[in-house]
Amino acid sequence: MSIRQAMLAILEQGPMYGYQLRAEFEQRTGETWPLNIGQVYTTLTRLERDGMVEVVESAAEDGSDRTHVSYRATESGRSEVSEWFATPVPRTQPPRDELAIKLAIAVTLPGVDVATIIQRQRSATMTSLQDYTRLKRTGRAANPEAPEDLAWSLVLDSLVFDAEAEVRWLDHCEARLRRAAADRPAASAHATPTATPETSDGVAR
Amino acid sequence: MNAVLHLAAASRVHGEGATEVHALRGVTFRAHPGELVAVMGPSGSGKSTLLTLAGGLDAPTAGSVWIEGTDLATLDHAGRARMRRTSVGYVFQDFNLIPALTAAENVALPRELDGEKGKVARRLALTALEEVGIPDLADRFPDEMSGGQQQRVAIARAIVGERRLILADEPTGALDTDTGEEILRLLRARCDAGAAGVMVTHEARHAAWADRVVFLRDGVVVDETGADEPEALLVEESGR
Ligand SMILES: Nc1ncnc2c1ncn2[C@@H]1O[C@H](COP(=O)(O)OP(=O)(O)OP(=O)(O)O)[C@@H](O)[C@H]1O
Ligand SMILES: [Mg+2]
Repeated sequence: MSIRQAMLAILEQGPMYGYQLRAEFEQRTGETWPLNIGQVYTTLTRLERDGMVEVVESAAEDGSDRTHVSYRATESGRSEVSEWFATPVPRTQPPRDELAIKLAIAVTLPGVDVATIIQRQRSATMTSLQDYTRLKRTGRAANPEAPEDLAWSLVLDSLVFDAEAEVRWLDHCEARLRRAAADRPAASAHATPTATPETSDGVAR
Repeated sequence: MNAVLHLAAASRVHGEGATEVHALRGVTFRAHPGELVAVMGPSGSGKSTLLTLAGGLDAPTAGSVWIEGTDLATLDHAGRARMRRTSVGYVFQDFNLIPALTAAENVALPRELDGEKGKVARRLALTALEEVGIPDLADRFPDEMSGGQQQRVAIARAIVGERRLILADEPTGALDTDTGEEILRLLRARCDAGAAGVMVTHEARHAAWADRVVFLRDGVVVDETGADEPEALLVEESGR
């Protein structure tokens, strides 16, 4: 699970408490994968249980005698981070892709208007792509100075490439479905699902 | 709001009878000041047709085309040519530079044709070349420049002298990612400065620079992003 390792890796910079850790994470990734603070502390507790981090007390920044509970990466924590960086993210189990599944089912069902599904998706994905592009050309990703800003602009690039690939795939699906419909003589029956199906040779009833 | 460009139910039919081709079917389309619109669609869907009608390079067989409140059909040949030189900047897919003229001369040409003095036209041309980042190539001929550089000259020609409407057919066509992005930055900046822009592209990442993306299929606008976004969002919010 990458959030665990990402948090652990950020802790290599020095001890931090939960809110700091979350802020550092979002500095690099924007609000793309929002972390709620409960999740951050649950993860820290598990990391502590597994001996990956240890608790250190530090003085509050406001100079009062209250102390913060901060977390620091242990030796095993550090080696887990090196291990993470040394190992490629596996692609053997492709992440579940709802769109691919939806289209795979849709093309096999009679009476589903696949062209409309494709166009709606293309518009929606295009809209996200416009949003990412706006974030890229304005805001702190436009002229990244700090390494965290560069990190965020690279995350945006990743979102752009993903969305772009999805639009290309949709164009490709549409073109292939059009070609398939043109090759199939009974294609017109698909366009008018209410029409009485003709008993043509290929179609079993 | 006053649209710089307005296609009102514009159609374009090529040929007649059995060989009739409906390149555009009753398309209504507007581009406003400050707005960059991208047009996407498969090959043959009518994208270039839309652009040539918008630029007054071709006339609709039905419907009308208005630029800054003027119906192009009411202009005579000279009036249309003048409109093309003064209000409209056109970037062709194949750049369309004149091989016998230098970069600066190519850019200055529309201004000179419009009666501007040679010196003034050259100064405007140099400013435009500077804006597209190639001031040092002013005296080169097209065949002495790379594709990306020629494309910049073509863009400089389209923006020279404050054109109100910029039309670009695949302006990033054969360019690499970085150069393509530069071209978009330029178009975007021109639109942010108040021009209306219409750009045909098949690349989603480039269309994403636009405020609005219009999808064409078989000569018809089938969908659009960005147009009534706020309203759509409201409906979605209240539905939750
Ligand atoms: N002069 C012409 N005579 C006959 N048909 C034409 C003519 N010009 C264009 N067409 C047809 O009109 C339709 C739309 O053409 P258009 O050039 O606008 O397509 P496009 O969307 O720009 O395609 P591409 O992505 O390939 O550039 C096509 O079917 C084309 O064959
Ligand atoms: Mg074309």
